[in-house]
Amino acid sequence: MVLVADDIWKSFSSGTGRSEVLRGVSLSVAAGESVALTGESGSGKSTLLHLCAGLDVPDAGEVRVGGQALAALSDAARAKVRRDQIGLVFQQFNLIPSLTVGRNLSFQARLSGREGGLRIEALAERLGLENLLERYPEELSGGQQQRVAIGRALAAGPPLILADEPTGSLDEATGDKVMDLLLELVRESGAALLMVTHSERLAARLSRRVHLRAGQLE
Amino acid sequence: MNVRGLLVCICLLLGGQGFAQGFAGLGTSAEGFPDPERGTPLQFPRDHGAHPEYRIEWWYVTANLTGEDGRDYGVQWTLFRAALDTELAEGWLTPQIWKGHAAVTTPNQHFFAESFARGGVGQAGAKADPVEVWIDDWQLAGPDINTLQLTATDQAFSFDLGLRADGPLVLHGDQGYSVKSREGKASYYYSQPAYKVRGQLSLPDGSVGVSGHAWLDREWSSQPLSDDQRGWDWVSLTFDSGDRLMGFQLRSDDGVYTSGTWIGADGEVAPFGDGVLKLKPLSISDVNGRKVPTGWQVDLPDRDVSVQIDAINPNAWMTTLFPYWEGPMRITGSHTGRGYLEMTGY
Amino acid sequence: MIVLRALLSHWVQRPVQLASLLLGLALATALFTGVQAINAEARTSYARAAAMLGQDQLSRIEAEDGQLFDQASFVKLRRAGWKVSPVVEGELRVAGSTARLMGVEPVSAPASAAPAPLAETNELLRFLQGNVGFAAPATAANWSSIDPLPELRPLEGLIEGVVLLDIGQAQRLLGMEGQISHLVLADGGEGASALPQGLVIRPPGGAGDVARLTDSFHLNLTAFGLLSFVVGLFIVHGAVGLAFEQRRAMFRTLRALGVPLNGLMASLLTELLVLAFLAGVVGVALGYLVASLLLPDVSATLRGLYGASVASSLSLQPSWWLGGLAVSLIGALIAAGQSLWRLASMPLLAPAQPRAWMRASERGMRMQLGAGIALLGISGLLIWQAQGLVTGFAALGTLLLGAALCLPVLLGWVLQRLTAAARGVGREWFWADTGQQLPGVSLALMALLLALSANIGVGTMVSSFRMTFVEWLDQRLSSELYATARDQAEGEALRAWLADQDVDVLPIWNVKVELFNAPAELFGVTDHPTYRQNWRLLQALEAPWDKLAAGDHVMINEQLARREGLWPGDALTLPNGRAMTVAGVYGDYGNPLAQLHVTTDLLVQLYPDVPRLRHAVRVAPDQAEALRQALITDFGLPASQMIDQASIKQASLNVFERTFTVTAALNVLTMAVAGFALLTSLLTLSGMRLPQLAPVWAMGWTRRRLAGAELLRAILLAGFVMVCAVPLGLALSWILLNVVNVAAFGWQLPMFLFPGQWATLGLLALVVAGLAALWPAWRLSKLPPAELLKVFANER
Repeated sequence: MVLVADDIWKSFSSGTGRSEVLRGVSLSVAAGESVALTGESGSGKSTLLHLCAGLDVPDAGEVRVGGQALAALSDAARAKVRRDQIGLVFQQFNLIPSLTVGRNLSFQARLSGREGGLRIEALAERLGLENLLERYPEELSGGQQQRVAIGRALAAGPPLILADEPTGSLDEATGDKVMDLLLELVRESGAALLMVTHSERLAARLSRRVHLRAGQLE
Repeated sequence: MNVRGLLVCICLLLGGQGFAQGFAGLGTSAEGFPDPERGTPLQFPRDHGAHPEYRIEWWYVTANLTGEDGRDYGVQWTLFRAALDTELAEGWLTPQIWKGHAAVTTPNQHFFAESFARGGVGQAGAKADPVEVWIDDWQLAGPDINTLQLTATDQAFSFDLGLRADGPLVLHGDQGYSVKSREGKASYYYSQPAYKVRGQLSLPDGSVGVSGHAWLDREWSSQPLSDDQRGWDWVSLTFDSGDRLMGFQLRSDDGVYTSGTWIGADGEVAPFGDGVLKLKPLSISDVNGRKVPTGWQVDLPDRDVSVQIDAINPNAWMTTLFPYWEGPMRITGSHTGRGYLEMTGY
Repeated sequence: MIVLRALLSHWVQRPVQLASLLLGLALATALFTGVQAINAEARTSYARAAAMLGQDQLSRIEAEDGQLFDQASFVKLRRAGWKVSPVVEGELRVAGSTARLMGVEPVSAPASAAPAPLAETNELLRFLQGNVGFAAPATAANWSSIDPLPELRPLEGLIEGVVLLDIGQAQRLLGMEGQISHLVLADGGEGASALPQGLVIRPPGGAGDVARLTDSFHLNLTAFGLLSFVVGLFIVHGAVGLAFEQRRAMFRTLRALGVPLNGLMASLLTELLVLAFLAGVVGVALGYLVASLLLPDVSATLRGLYGASVASSLSLQPSWWLGGLAVSLIGALIAAGQSLWRLASMPLLAPAQPRAWMRASERGMRMQLGAGIALLGISGLLIWQAQGLVTGFAALGTLLLGAALCLPVLLGWVLQRLTAAARGVGREWFWADTGQQLPGVSLALMALLLALSANIGVGTMVSSFRMTFVEWLDQRLSSELYATARDQAEGEALRAWLADQDVDVLPIWNVKVELFNAPAELFGVTDHPTYRQNWRLLQALEAPWDKLAAGDHVMINEQLARREGLWPGDALTLPNGRAMTVAGVYGDYGNPLAQLHVTTDLLVQLYPDVPRLRHAVRVAPDQAEALRQALITDFGLPASQMIDQASIKQASLNVFERTFTVTAALNVLTMAVAGFALLTSLLTLSGMRLPQLAPVWAMGWTRRRLAGAELLRAILLAGFVMVCAVPLGLALSWILLNVVNVAAFGWQLPMFLFPGQWATLGLLALVVAGLAALWPAWRLSKLPPAELLKVFANER
C-alpha cells in the first residue's frame, strides 16, 4: 500500500468548544489505484487529505506513506516525505508567482534532487505548455496554471498524488480537460491517486470512491 | 623607532668605546675640528673645563674602594662630550651632546646607569674654576681639581664620594700630547691618579661606608684613532708600593699599538712608547654572550713589572647603548695592588 | 539554494520594493556610519594630539597659572634628579593660516614621548639644528620651507596643522626664547626635591581636556546619527514586513512541497544577509561621502569652539567598513525580527492572507498604545530626575519613540470619529478607507513624525540659542575697538598713549588656571560703567559691582556656577588659595570653559606675570576709525593687532553658525529619509489596494477622482502628523534647552517660539507627502480598466 490511514481522529477547537472533524477514519490506497474522496462541505475531506500529506498530524490513529508512519517523524523528516514521495495539487494552483512556468514545473523535482532524469520539454509538451515556459504564472489562464501545478506534482515521479479539488476553480470544459490530463498522467506514472472532490461526475471517473459523512467513511 | 634608539647614531661620535669601522666616530675624519698639536702646553685650571672646539672629550673617574664590610668595590663615573658641529652657537643651538655613565661594581653585582643631555642650556657642562662637571644630578665638583665631591644617583644605586689628592697632575705622552697610532693620531691627555677617597655607596641591600683611591683621566681630541683600529684595552694600576702604571694597547688588523706612563712612588713620571708594555690575555670569561678576557698578564720589563690582573667581578659589562667592559681588578705577581681595566671592541 | 532563488525571485519582480529596502537600509547605515566616522576621526585626532604630547601616558609639570615659565626650571629640576623634558607650544601665522608649533627636546624626552622617527644621524642633527621639522603629510606638503618654517618632513601620526620642531627653533619662531609651556615627566621620574614654587604636576589625562570638552558635541552628533538610523529602520521594517506578507502564500506552498521550516528560515535569513550586505556596502560608501562632506565643517567647529585640531580629511579604515556592514546587518535583523518570528510560529495551514497584516488587531493596537504611554512616562520620569547628558538624551529618545508609537492609535481614533461624522457616502468611504489604509502607512507616518519633530525641536533650540547669543554679544562686545600689544613693553606704552587720548581703556587680561580639576580662565576687570550697564547678570547679590570692586568678591560664568553649584553668596577659593565670595553669575554662551572675573588690581597682584596685552577701548563710535588710524600712524601698532566691534561680532557669529551647520545638514537628511519612507510605503500600498478601489470604481468614481482622493489622503495624513509634531518638537526643544544644553555646555537658554518656522516646515511636509503620493496616484489614474476588472475576475 502506498498510503494507509488507520483509525484517524482529528478535532479542532472552535468558538464554543471542540468539534470532531474525523472520527476513526481508515483508508488505504494501493499503487496504480485512483480513489475519489467525496463528501459534503465541512465533512472533513480536506482535513483528511492534509493529514495524509503530513501537513498536519492526527489526534489519534496513524498515517503511513510508503510504509513510514508520519506522526513519528520530525517536521523536517515529514517535509522530506512530502518532497520525495508525494505530489500535491491544490484548488488554488499555488504556483510561485515570481518564478517562470518552466521553473515552477521543475521546482519540486529539483527540491528532491531528482531533476537529473527530468525532461521538462517533454513534460511541457505533454501538458501543452511548451510555448509558455518563459511566462510567469499570472500571465496564464486558470486551466494553464493548474496544468503547471499538475506537472510540478508529477515531475519527480512520486508514488503518491494527493489532489484537493483540482478543477474546483475552473469552468466545466476546462476542468474536464485538466482532469483528463491528470488521470492520464497518473495512470502512465503508475502512482496512487487520492483526490478530494465534491463532484459525483468526476468521482465516477476514478477507480474507487469513498464518501465521508460526519467524520466517518460510509 | 624612537629618538632614544637614534641616539645610538650620535653615540658613534662619543669617545670611550670601540666599534667596527675603526671606532667609527673616533676614527672618522674630523673636518673642520682642530687636531691636537705637539708642544702645546696645557694650562690649569683652564683645561679642567670643556674644550668645545674639539670634537670629543671626557672626564673619567675610576675608584677602587673597600667597604666597612671588608668587601671590594669599584666605582666608575664618566662624562663624555661630543661636538656635532664646529660652530660654537648659544643656547639650544649649541651643537654639543653630553653623555654620562655611572657604575658601581661589587664582587657579585654590577650596577650602571646612562644619561644624555644637550649642551647650551645648563643641563650638563664642565667648568674649570671652581671645578664643576655635571649632567643632571650627577656631578664632579669642588674648589680645585684636588678637592672634589663625586655624586651620581640612579634608581638602583647612588654614591657620594669625597676625593682628595696632594700630588701633582700627570701629563701623559709628550707633556700631555698622547699619540694613539703609528700614523700619529693623538689626543691631549692628563690624569690625577692619586686621590684618596672616603664616602658612601647606596645599593639595594643598603648603604655602606667606603674608602680607597681614585684616578681621574682627562682627554680631548678631534680624531684620536686610526680607521683600522678595532678596540682597546686600557689599565690604570695602583701598586701597594706606591708606584702607578697607566697603559693601553690599541688593536688593529696589523697588530697592536701600545703606550703608557710609569708614575713612580717618588714622583717620577716616565711616559713610554710603542712596544714597551706587553699585555696578554690570561683568562677568558663569557660575559653577556661575548668572550671577554677578564684576566691579563701585564709586563713592563723596564721596571721589573710582571703581574697578573684579575677582575674582581668578571660581569662588569656596561650594557649601555655602546657596550663595553669596565671594572675593578686585583693585582698579583711581582707587585700587588688594585686597579681598573677598560676593554672595548669585544 | 533553489529555495533561496525562489525567495529572491520575488524581488526581481518588485524592483521598487527592493529599492526601498536597500535604500532604506543603505541610508540608515550611511547616516549612522557617517556620523560615527566623523566622531572616530575627531577622537583619533585628539588621541594623536595627546600621544604627541606624551600626555596620554606621562604626567606633565605646568605653571599653576597655565602660563609659560622659564626654561631654567627645566635645568633646575633635571639637576635635582627629575626626569623631565621641556615642551613649548604656540601658534604661528603661516601662509595666511595658523600653524600650531610644538617644540620638543628629543634628547631628554622619555622614550614613550619621543615624537619623531629621525631615521638617521644626519636627520637628527638637522632637526636639532632647526633645519628640519615634521608635520602630517598634508601639512608638510603645504608648509614645507614656507617662511619662516624650515623644511618639513611628512610624518604619519601627527595631526594636521601641527608642526613639530626642535624646542630651540620653536622658541625662536614663537618669540618665546628661554620659555617653556610644560615639562613631560618620565614614569617614576620624580626627583628628590620638591617642585619649585608655582609649578604643579598634572597626572596623565587620557585624551586630555579637549576630548572632555568635545564629548558633548560628539554625543550630539551621535544622537542625530541614531535618530536617522531609527528612521531608516522604519523603512526597512516596513519593506521586510511587506515582503513577508506578500510571500505568505509562497511560504505555504514551499512547505507543502516539502521544504522544512528550518530550511525556509535559513533561506530567509540568508536572503536578508545578502540584501543587508549589498545595502551595507552602498551605505558605507554613502556614509563616507556624508562624513567627508561634513567633516570640514565639523573640524572648523571644533577648532573654533574648542581649539581642537581635527584632520579635515577622512582616513578610510577597514574597521570602519566592517563596522558599517555590521550595522547594516544588525539593522536588517532588528527590522526583520518580527517577520521571522511570525514565520517561525506560522502554522503550516494558515490561510494565505496577504492583507491581513494591514488589519492590525485590536489587541496589537492596545499593546502599542500601552508601550507608547509607558515610554512617555519613562521620559517624564527621566526629565524630572534629569541631571546628566546621557539621561537627557535618553529622555529625548523615549519621548520620541513613545510619541511615535501612540501616533497610529491616535490617528485611528480620529479617523473613526471622522467616519462617523462624515456626511455623504463619498466622504464616509474616504475616511473609512483612510482608516483601513492606516496600518500600511503608519510606519512611514511615524518616521515622518520623528523627522518633523526633530526638525522643530532642533530648529527651536538653535534659533533660541541664536537670539540669546546675539543679544548677549551686543551686550558683551560693547567696546568700540580692541587693541592687542605685541609684548609687555608695548602694552605699557599703549596704555600710556591711550591715556593721553580722550578714551577709556579697559584691560582684558587673563590667566589660565586650574579650578575644580578643570581648566578655567581668570579675568581682571576694571570698575567701569561698561560692565555695570551692559552685563546682564543671571543672579547677583545687592550691588554686585561694588562688591567686586572691593576686591573680595568674584563674578563667575553660568557654566562654572552650574557645574559646581556655586551661586551668589557662596564661597569660592581661587587657585592660589585666596578666599572669595560669588557676587554674581553671568551668561557666557559659546565658551566651554569655566570663567571668573576679579578686579584687574587683584589679578595683577595674584599673578604678577600676567600678560598685559589686550585692551578694550571705549571711544565715541564716530571717532573709533580715527583712533584706529592714529594708533597705526602715530603709535605704530600694526592694523592686524586691532579689531573693531563689528568684526569681532561677525567672527563670533561665524563660529556659532558653523557649530550648527552640521546639525542642520543632518536635519535635512533625516527629513529626506522620512519623505522616502512615505513614498515607498505609498507605492507598495498602491499595488495592493486595487481590490479596495475596484468596487468604488465600479460604482461610479472615475480613476481620476480615485487618484485625487489618494493624493488628498496623503497630504491630509501628513498635515495631521505635522499638527502632532509641533507639540512634540517643542517638548523636544524644551529638553534640549533645559536639560541637554545645561549638561553639555553648562548654560540654560530661554525658549522662544518660531511659528514661521513651523509653517515653512509644515508646508514642506505637505509638499513631501504630495510628491510621495503623486507617482502612485498618477499610476492609478492611468491604470487600464482591465487591471481593475481583473480584481473581479480573480476574486475567489
